[in-house]
Amino acid sequence: MRFNLRVGKYWLYIPLVLMAVFYLLPMYVMLATGFKSFAEIDLKTMWNLPKGIAFDNYVEAWKNLSPSLKNSFLMVIPATLISSALGSLNGFVLAKWKFKGADFIFPFILFGMFIPYQSIMIPLVQFMRSVGLGGIPGLILAHIIYGIPITTLTFRNYYASLPHELLEAAKMDGADMLGIYRHILLPISLPSFVVVLIWQFTSAWNDFLFAVILTGNEDWPITVALNNMAGSQIIAWNVQMAGSLLAALPTLLVYIFLGRFFLRGLLAGSLKG
Amino acid sequence: MASVTYNNVVKNFGDVSVIKNIDFTVDDKEFLVLVGPSGCGKTTALRMLAGLEEITSGEIKIGDRIVNDVAPKDRDIAMVFQSYALYPHMTVFDNMAFGLKLRKTPKSEINRRVNEAAEILDIKHLLDRKPRQLSGGQRQRVAVGRAIVREPKVFLFDEPLSNLDAKLRVQMRAEISKLHQRLQTTFIYVTHDQTEAMTMASRIAVINKGLLQQLDTPQVLYDRPANLFVAGFIGSPSMNFFPGKIDVDGGKVTVDMDSFKVQIPDALAAPYKNMNGKKIVFGIRPENIHDPEFAPPNIHGEKVSAKVDVTELMGNETFLYLITGANTFIARVDPRSQKRVGHDVQVIFDMDKFHIFDTETEEAIR
Repeated sequence: MRFNLRVGKYWLYIPLVLMAVFYLLPMYVMLATGFKSFAEIDLKTMWNLPKGIAFDNYVEAWKNLSPSLKNSFLMVIPATLISSALGSLNGFVLAKWKFKGADFIFPFILFGMFIPYQSIMIPLVQFMRSVGLGGIPGLILAHIIYGIPITTLTFRNYYASLPHELLEAAKMDGADMLGIYRHILLPISLPSFVVVLIWQFTSAWNDFLFAVILTGNEDWPITVALNNMAGSQIIAWNVQMAGSLLAALPTLLVYIFLGRFFLRGLLAGSLKG
Repeated sequence: MASVTYNNVVKNFGDVSVIKNIDFTVDDKEFLVLVGPSGCGKTTALRMLAGLEEITSGEIKIGDRIVNDVAPKDRDIAMVFQSYALYPHMTVFDNMAFGLKLRKTPKSEINRRVNEAAEILDIKHLLDRKPRQLSGGQRQRVAVGRAIVREPKVFLFDEPLSNLDAKLRVQMRAEISKLHQRLQTTFIYVTHDQTEAMTMASRIAVINKGLLQQLDTPQVLYDRPANLFVAGFIGSPSMNFFPGKIDVDGGKVTVDMDSFKVQIPDALAAPYKNMNGKKIVFGIRPENIHDPEFAPPNIHGEKVSAKVDVTELMGNETFLYLITGANTFIARVDPRSQKRVGHDVQVIFDMDKFHIFDTETEEAIR
């Protein structure tokens, strides 16, 4: 019986490994191509390893992308922080400081998650034009607002799982609404903040559509710049791939450093304690 | 150091009436226990006093001040919650100091009070720990400590021991009693456990279905329950009840339970003399039913025949579960009793210790 189980386990690994390999193939091509010289680029030799390791392509890509990388950070950091903070405040009020109509407003906020970017492109541009917000600030605002539903949901569910007595104890200790938030809820919100920060950082960083309609040549974030790096005649795939890795690196790093909190935070709402 | 008054207090949640009307006063420095089955409104009564629930009508006073519209923090009370509700990210010290810090108490004063409370509760060595590093009993102490440092006029306890294991509960019970004596402050304590109520209270308020049933000292509640509910709720195992009818024949009053009859001693018969034929509920506590071999002398004993259904040997006493006619009842007899399952036996009812309740009003008749 035990023997069979063990063998069964090994069999299970075969499809798992195969799937992992399949999934990693594009990564391989990206990495390999990024180290190739322009002469090596050919569909026929796409799968071959590069002849040598040279960082020329990365230098080249960095030269092209560094201004937009900076734009991306300038956009993503405030967008992430502000939408997380707003989500946390919303979640607190909706879960623990209920006002009349709170149960109506919450699903209404969530509704925002289901509106596709494409459907609001035209009104978004018109709105930004009429309030005179364009470029990075406009993009920040768009991401903040689009982030509110998911950040609100995450925090609200986390706060709803906390015992109500915790807040009542603070109330009796003399804390008012903001005091309870600042002294009690905020310090124990770290798991949810990690989830929301990773989520918001990634989605704002990876966004292309809002960026392409709201920013111009000067203030492209990296996703748009990467796309536009390709010339109209010739695409330098090696530089393009090096650039792709550069563009993906920040989100990868965020996940690597905060990722271990991520799962814990995702579970925080469902499990008590 | 204040009395607490509930003046015709009513609480409705929407259409549901939780507190129909309660009206009583808790004396200064008293240890009052609110007891009742779950859902009876006892916790709501406490929470209204704490300011965590609004009052639908009536008024609550702490000392001479009406507190209906006073914020919880300004009522000069402290509360210990069932789940302890410790702040998970703060050390024990900070948990206890939080309320004082918010009140801008000077640091030296905070240190003094926290250390003093920690000393009383024997948790000085835990001051740097976080709540998750503490056992249930230790958390409970911290929760009490958080209340003590505030030096409130009234302490509120909401079922503080129900999350502890049985042994710890007995120990904490004694400690809370000691604490009350030491602090000389008004304690109001909610529990569903009548043993906790009996052992700690200076007076007990029994609440059922949103109404105060009886408010008195534990002994009076036990000896002279005002109605059927209180009689059944206080005491373990609970009082035996038999539906019956009063028979007055000449000067003699007997109670007819169909399967048996008992005579009321003349000295106690007066209230029933003009109730011939009245339907009543006859009550007697298990310890007032004896094995004839070990019955105390000089009691007005009445013999009742029954069949033993179950015996429970407790060591210091034996519980006999008995059947007579349609009634089952429990006798708490001497451990040397030789009555065994299946025996047809006679037991003695101590007729100086009976209770009679009106079947309709459920009020005691005496």
